[in-house]
Amino acid sequence: MNPGLFGQDAALPAVVVLWVVFLAAAGLFTVRARYLVRLLRLGGSEHRRGDLGRRLALVVTEVLGHRRLLREPFGLAHLAIFWGFVVYASAFGFTLLKGLVPSLPYPMPEEIAPVALALDVFGVVVLAAVVVAAVRRYVLRPSRLKQSRDAGIILTIIGSLMVTSLASRAADPASALALAMWWGHVLLVLAFLAYLPYSKHLHLLAAPFSVFLTDLGPRGRLRPAGALGDGALNAREFTWRELLNPFACAECGRCDRVCPSHLSGTALSPQKIVHHLKEHLLEAGPILLRGIPQDGHHRDLVGGIVSPDELWACTTCYACMDRCPVMNEHIPLIVRMRRHLVAHGDVDPRLQDALTALSRYGNAFGQSPKMRAHWTQGLEVRVKDIRREPAEYLWFVGDYASYDPAAREATRAVARLMHRAGVDFGILYDAEVNSGNDVRRVGEEGLFESLAEKNLAALARCRFEAIVTTDPHSYNTLTHEYPDLGGRWPVLHYTELFERLLQGERLRPVHPLGRRVTYHDPCYLGRYNGIYEPPRRVLSALGTHLVEMPRTRANSYCCGAGGGRVWMTEPPGLRERPAESRVREAAALDGVGTLVVACPKELAMFRDAVKTAGLEGRLAVRDLAELVEEAVGLEVSRVA
Amino acid sequence: MNQSGRDVWVYVEHLRGAVAEHTYELLGKGRELAGALGGRLVAIFLGEGVHPLTDTLGAADSVLCVEDAALAGFTPQAHASVLRSLAEQQPPRLLLFGATSMGMDLASLLSTTLRMPLVVNCRDICVEDHRIIATNQMCGGKLLCQAEIADAPAIFTVLPGAFPAAQGKSDHPPAVQRIATPVPLEGLRTRFVRLLEPAAGDVDITKAPVLVAVGRGIQRQDNLALAEELAGLLGGAVCASRPVIDQGWLPVTRQVGKSGMIVKPRFYLALGISGASEHIEGMKGSELVVAINSDPKAPIFEVADYGVVADMFDIIPALLGVLRARKGLAA
Amino acid sequence: MNIAVLLNMVPDLVEDLELDASGTALDAQWMRYVLSESDEHALEQALLLKDRHGARVTVLALDYGDVDEALYSSLAKGADEAVRLVGIPREGLTKRAIAVAFREALRGMPADLILTGVFAIDDLDGHVAGLLAGLLDLPFVGVTRSVEPVCDDRVVVQKEYPGGLAAEIEVDLPAVIGVLSAPQPPRYVPVARIRETRRTRAVTAHDVSSIEIPPGPAILRLLKPEPAKRAEMLAGSPEDIARQMVAILQERGVLR
Repeated sequence: MNPGLFGQDAALPAVVVLWVVFLAAAGLFTVRARYLVRLLRLGGSEHRRGDLGRRLALVVTEVLGHRRLLREPFGLAHLAIFWGFVVYASAFGFTLLKGLVPSLPYPMPEEIAPVALALDVFGVVVLAAVVVAAVRRYVLRPSRLKQSRDAGIILTIIGSLMVTSLASRAADPASALALAMWWGHVLLVLAFLAYLPYSKHLHLLAAPFSVFLTDLGPRGRLRPAGALGDGALNAREFTWRELLNPFACAECGRCDRVCPSHLSGTALSPQKIVHHLKEHLLEAGPILLRGIPQDGHHRDLVGGIVSPDELWACTTCYACMDRCPVMNEHIPLIVRMRRHLVAHGDVDPRLQDALTALSRYGNAFGQSPKMRAHWTQGLEVRVKDIRREPAEYLWFVGDYASYDPAAREATRAVARLMHRAGVDFGILYDAEVNSGNDVRRVGEEGLFESLAEKNLAALARCRFEAIVTTDPHSYNTLTHEYPDLGGRWPVLHYTELFERLLQGERLRPVHPLGRRVTYHDPCYLGRYNGIYEPPRRVLSALGTHLVEMPRTRANSYCCGAGGGRVWMTEPPGLRERPAESRVREAAALDGVGTLVVACPKELAMFRDAVKTAGLEGRLAVRDLAELVEEAVGLEVSRVA
Repeated sequence: MNQSGRDVWVYVEHLRGAVAEHTYELLGKGRELAGALGGRLVAIFLGEGVHPLTDTLGAADSVLCVEDAALAGFTPQAHASVLRSLAEQQPPRLLLFGATSMGMDLASLLSTTLRMPLVVNCRDICVEDHRIIATNQMCGGKLLCQAEIADAPAIFTVLPGAFPAAQGKSDHPPAVQRIATPVPLEGLRTRFVRLLEPAAGDVDITKAPVLVAVGRGIQRQDNLALAEELAGLLGGAVCASRPVIDQGWLPVTRQVGKSGMIVKPRFYLALGISGASEHIEGMKGSELVVAINSDPKAPIFEVADYGVVADMFDIIPALLGVLRARKGLAA
Repeated sequence: MNIAVLLNMVPDLVEDLELDASGTALDAQWMRYVLSESDEHALEQALLLKDRHGARVTVLALDYGDVDEALYSSLAKGADEAVRLVGIPREGLTKRAIAVAFREALRGMPADLILTGVFAIDDLDGHVAGLLAGLLDLPFVGVTRSVEPVCDDRVVVQKEYPGGLAAEIEVDLPAVIGVLSAPQPPRYVPVARIRETRRTRAVTAHDVSSIEIPPGPAILRLLKPEPAKRAEMLAGSPEDIARQMVAILQERGVLR
């Protein structure tokens, strides 16, 4: 750029100045980075190795490809800035090196025409993106985007970087302007380097690690409470990966924008949970690093910074984690902190009743285990007791499907249909207990284990080839968590079984339904387990016209029951229940009068919501099985 | 057996200068039992300065009134030692207590110290050929147990509301025998300190003509607003069963039941109340009871005049609508 | 302070109660026992005293039902020692016999304060708290909602009366207190801690077979009450029902 300055006969003071500035910036950067690494090392160990290929592939799609960011249109602006950064940073590396050691035998990058062109093109693109971002942030002001000083500083720096760089090349190379711009650019870059780890733009450094070191296990498998103990109250009780979350967070708010608890007005904000952890880490870190507990006081994370209300409001619907561009892991954080609350008996009275009932009776309804299979009484078909006679399918019915009056009707329909299709199935009767999926997510790990052990003991005594379940929550834990405890069986959701039965013409729809319906993807079926198509194919086979809601499939909006929320008192601050928001969304669809569900809890949740939202008569909530029975012919299946 | 060996004693419960309503229920039943046994009905009245209250105990053949400063505030020990001494001097055939905070304490204590058999929580007591047959209610009213007491003195605690109070009320003053305490009451190891009044300033639900009562079915504190509005339109107040009070959603002064208030409004609307016996004891004197509960087997339907098997949240809005429309018309 | 908490297992009403062939007892085959609710409060009261003022808490229970579950969870909640009273059969066990068994078990045990639930749902021939106080000739107050120490050898209790009324009563120790409720709901103890307790702590057995079991009242029969007269049921849409209700209220003069 300015060979006169940094050529063979470079003026010594300029090199010296550059060295001084560089060392200062690098020094500041290193001090901070080392400190942050020390903070991370306060956390316990967690295994995140192996499967290098998949990890690298994730870095390619999520970091380089911005796959998740691009689910929102403004992701494009970020993509532009990101790639601009990559190009500029690469070029700048060479520039800096050459500046520091002028004798290096290569030209300045901008002296190479294609590089200069790339810099110019990206410079303009990035400037445009910065303008777009600034307009969004300061003119459109989306309500959920937090206005922070950080963001303003960074946009200004990036903008100035581009302006200085473009200007330094546009000006007469010999002019003082070019010189000033060049120096301006270099100094800004170094200032940026120093500022970076002190700001939320730390994500720029931490996010690739966060993505690379993400949990590659199934989404539906929570890390068991193991050697680390149960709950996490303070930094030391988290793992290094959990502590990495706040460093990777760019405070983009995507998690909040999809969080049903946040949107319904409760105290929970997934972003704030992560931010609270950072606040705690920066406050408690220095004290913990000194290692002398008496030497200074810090607030506890749980209770001091994060309130129990925030933690209990989570439905574990996975929307936040599904959206997070840096692959942060909010739910495990929340569950770790819930475990701490549970360990100290700090649970709300309704939840305590539910947990006590679960541990005493194996169901949260507080009913006798003998009543679990009460729904089979008076049923037109005989339901095998699989403890006494083997069957091809063991039907794990689940709590709601067994005890809830609304869901029981659907359960009976499932039984009739399976019988009609000649499926050889049986149930565990009173030997089945709650699968524990949500108990685990409440943070009651011991109770989860004890429930799972009871089920596993009962299952081990029966002969069957696969498990079929009506409950997505049971499906999840049976599929992903029971194997850790020694229970390995193929597991099917009943929507998958029905799809097969319809395909194999073991069930024949004789009365095509014709009507327009919409379908709600249950969190634990869809987002957690990717089962989107089977229920849709069943609906199509029944001759319904499926109209999708705006929030569908991976963007499905939780009914609010998951994660044990169904057992708790409603969280303070609630404006509109998630289920009400959801039924309004369904009712707003043109010509749709039926909301089809595939989770027994949803029948209760949405039927209640239809009443409270005043949509009775306009929207009917039906279980998929009820529609199948209608299409297959009720009377036929009843005599069968 | 001497004369007094056939007597029926009723322990008179009183608090804040008033005789408890169920004491009259005991007197009514005691009257009948004394007749069957050929003995007298004696009301045992312990306290200080309570003598004027004896006027209301005319259903008894006589009132034995023991007054002493140590008996002023109830302590199980002071009252039990006086009762023990009296019973040892002239053993009665039957000693009746209410199945209440005071009666429970005394009956169990005296049963061991006097070595008298005891049947608690009686719903009925009858005499068949000198045998006493008591019907005890247990397991939350799911079970009744008929037990026989052979020809010996015995103690019973009787569930409030088991018998009508009317038979135990009489206008003519009874014969009153006032005696000093038969045992020294100094140096007791329990001492009454003071009475704690409930938090003042709240609605007196015992005086409301209409009560809208909410139970577990209310689910959330915010839902109380619906009940409040309903009560407003009906000209009454909101009360609740114990679970709602335990949640802290309403003050204890709004609690209806054995451990709360005994209410007798003209109209009692039970919303989402299953009807535990503890609650029913507090409200069964209501003139008209309508119950809404989603469980068709809820015991509340056994005391209600009218019942609706439905989700209360379906019915309340409709009821509010009709009442509002009515009010609009009336205005 | 040494506190003894007496726990009683009672029939679980979640299960249907079945009578045995004699018709004078519950059929044990169909029974499930749970810890009596007011005993849970007695334990909570004891643990609160321990938390706030320091105390050594011993829990005792007769050996029937899932008594180990109750004892281990008491230990997990913070009790210091648990004793299972063995040697007497469940059949025909009256409340008086239970009180005698507890008296035997408490012999030689330094208990300043004996806490137990003021009643149990299956009480017939008395309430254990009062019976035991009579047997031991100790000061006694039942139906309490709080117990607070005044000094080393004295507590003050609040005894509940209907209508939110209560009385404060001072009680010299040692004493028996019949607890209705603790000042706060019984605490939750996570299952993991109960399991850990089962692995690491022991319940002592105390033989009480030497006691003489006093006779109870002769039980003629047990019966399930006939459902009383049922309410007249209103049916129809919510609006229909609302109109019917308002009509009834007008007819009865509640609404004019």
